[in-house]
Amino acid sequence: MTRHLAPDLPPAAPDDATDDTTDGTTDDTTDDMTDGTTDESTDGLPDLLHPVPAADRFGVTDLLIEATSDLGTRPGRLLMTLAGTVLGIGALVATIGFAQTTAGQLSKQFDAFAATQIVASPAQAQTADGESVDTSSLPWDAVQRMERLAGIEQAALISEVSLPEGTVTAVPVNDPSAPGTVPPRIFAASAGLVDALEGTVRYGRLFDDGHDQRQDRVAVLGERLAGRLGITRVDSQPSIFVNGIPYAVVGVFGDVQQRAELLDSVVIPTGAARKDFGLTAPGEVQARIVIGAGPQVAEQAALALSPDAPEAVTVAAPQGRSDLAKSVQADVNLIFVVLSVVVLLAGGVGIANVTMLSVMERTGEIGLRRAIGATRRQIAAQFVTESVIIGLLGGLLGATTGVFAVIAISAAQQWTPVTHPLVAVGGALLGAIVGLAAGSLPARKATRIEPVVALRGT
Amino acid sequence: MSTPLVELRDVTRSFPGPPEVQALKGINLTVHDGDYVSIVGPSGSGKSTMLNILGLLDRPSVGEYRLAGHLTGALDEDTRAAVRAQRIGFVFQAFHLMPRRSVLENVMMPMLYSGTPRDEREDRARQALERVGLGHRLAFLPGTLSGGERQRVAVARAVVTRPSLLLADEPTGNLDGGTSTDVMELFEELVSDGLALVIITHDAAVARRAPRSVGIADGRVTSAP
Repeated sequence: MTRHLAPDLPPAAPDDATDDTTDGTTDDTTDDMTDGTTDESTDGLPDLLHPVPAADRFGVTDLLIEATSDLGTRPGRLLMTLAGTVLGIGALVATIGFAQTTAGQLSKQFDAFAATQIVASPAQAQTADGESVDTSSLPWDAVQRMERLAGIEQAALISEVSLPEGTVTAVPVNDPSAPGTVPPRIFAASAGLVDALEGTVRYGRLFDDGHDQRQDRVAVLGERLAGRLGITRVDSQPSIFVNGIPYAVVGVFGDVQQRAELLDSVVIPTGAARKDFGLTAPGEVQARIVIGAGPQVAEQAALALSPDAPEAVTVAAPQGRSDLAKSVQADVNLIFVVLSVVVLLAGGVGIANVTMLSVMERTGEIGLRRAIGATRRQIAAQFVTESVIIGLLGGLLGATTGVFAVIAISAAQQWTPVTHPLVAVGGALLGAIVGLAAGSLPARKATRIEPVVALRGT
Repeated sequence: MSTPLVELRDVTRSFPGPPEVQALKGINLTVHDGDYVSIVGPSGSGKSTMLNILGLLDRPSVGEYRLAGHLTGALDEDTRAAVRAQRIGFVFQAFHLMPRRSVLENVMMPMLYSGTPRDEREDRARQALERVGLGHRLAFLPGTLSGGERQRVAVARAVVTRPSLLLADEPTGNLDGGTSTDVMELFEELVSDGLALVIITHDAAVARRAPRSVGIADGRVTSAP
């Protein structure tokens, strides 16, 4: 066995130039390469190392066991470590959830109140002395033209009848001692008006197309006007006198929120208005549309009403629901996401701090593991895995908390909670990523711990 | 004569200063399988540095260290870790047991890295603990054991991978007289199984129990190995 005792007689290292520096250098890595015994590679040291089958090596299962077995031993600290991530992910998931919920809620409220009505009227122009005049007039068959369009549920003509000196009374007596009152406004409408406005009939009935065509002198009253005129029932066929012309009141309506002025008005059929008051053209078309049909109906209605000059008709229609929801959601999301990312960063710093503390505390353990054969990589993997698991756990708890927060607050507000499922899953995964980022620095520090130093004392 | 298990030749270890410290100065030492060697010297004499080099936790600045005939300086970090896992066992003065793992888990731990077949690990840990007389303490946490028991757990952990070299750094330093005798007797039993034991101590009584005692002072060997 002289081979081992004679480093100056290398058996097979002709190209080695560092041989004679053996005794002069502090690093013995290079000079040992000259020795014939070391031309075996790592797995070729049969008399030093026995081969280890892959199944018995330090594997993923071992890593997971080692990384998790200390987690539960200090529940207090685990909770403190988790807190940051739980808050961060919880805030993120909750805010995105709230953003989606409120956007859903907003568009729902728009649907309920504003998004189902359009009004088409002649375009206006300014005259030289500052008055607005219509540049065109709507056709008398505007209702038929509009109702042919997809998306329109009910359309009706409505025109204000202007009676500068007009009076409306319930009794045909000219009483000079009565206090002066402002006469109610008078509107001429086609039969479907109250239906188009989603109004309700309080008493009696509405006039129909027959009344309109026959130019019958019938009227329906808004409920506030009916109260003022003292008309509380219609079975006795009360009359009102419009400019002295008697009109039979057939019904009283209410609930026309979009056109509240009608509650103080008399509504008579268009036919009667043309005969008695010389109505020359319809003022505007009021229509109820299906939710979300606004942009499309607006474009088509102008063409239907004025095929040769669609620009001569102005159509006021709600924006599409999706545009609205998207723009609101985008604004809300941006603000909330920025805030949550800040919270999440704080959570990450929390994990990094606690993992760093844990590395410092476990210097002895790290030294011991290195001494009994753990490689630097295995040590790093253990700490990174530990912090990824903490992050994942925090992410799961946070995502759950966030989702429940959205549900709880929605329940309290009677909203419909809306959260994309990917937000919750993504939240949990984001927690793991935060753990990975937060653990990498402490893990690097752990690999730099020298067992010699770590095992001294303590 | 067979290849020595351990062979240090002119090993010097210096720590760059300032001031530069030469902890070991030209040490020569040979240990064969089954040898029982004590290294005795006052604190600061360099004996811990020597143990670290023998345990592949540190490298000589100058000189060479052969383990089972192999020049260890040529081995990369991962190979050195594998050699530590399979061939070397450590016993420390401070025990270095993991406080939140049971006695059995502590003893099983080195087998994670040594590549001991998985299905044998628990049995081998039990056997090792039986061997050191702690078969009845498997589920205990180290903190509930006496000092002597803890050191016996540490010994079981050191030998469970069946290393060829056992390095003990002041193994009785934290133990009282009676307990320390028990632990030394345990070591002697292990040596009789063919294990090479290098024990570092500043206690002359402990050192005298070894058939061969090497004195060390100021980084040099004072009595012939």
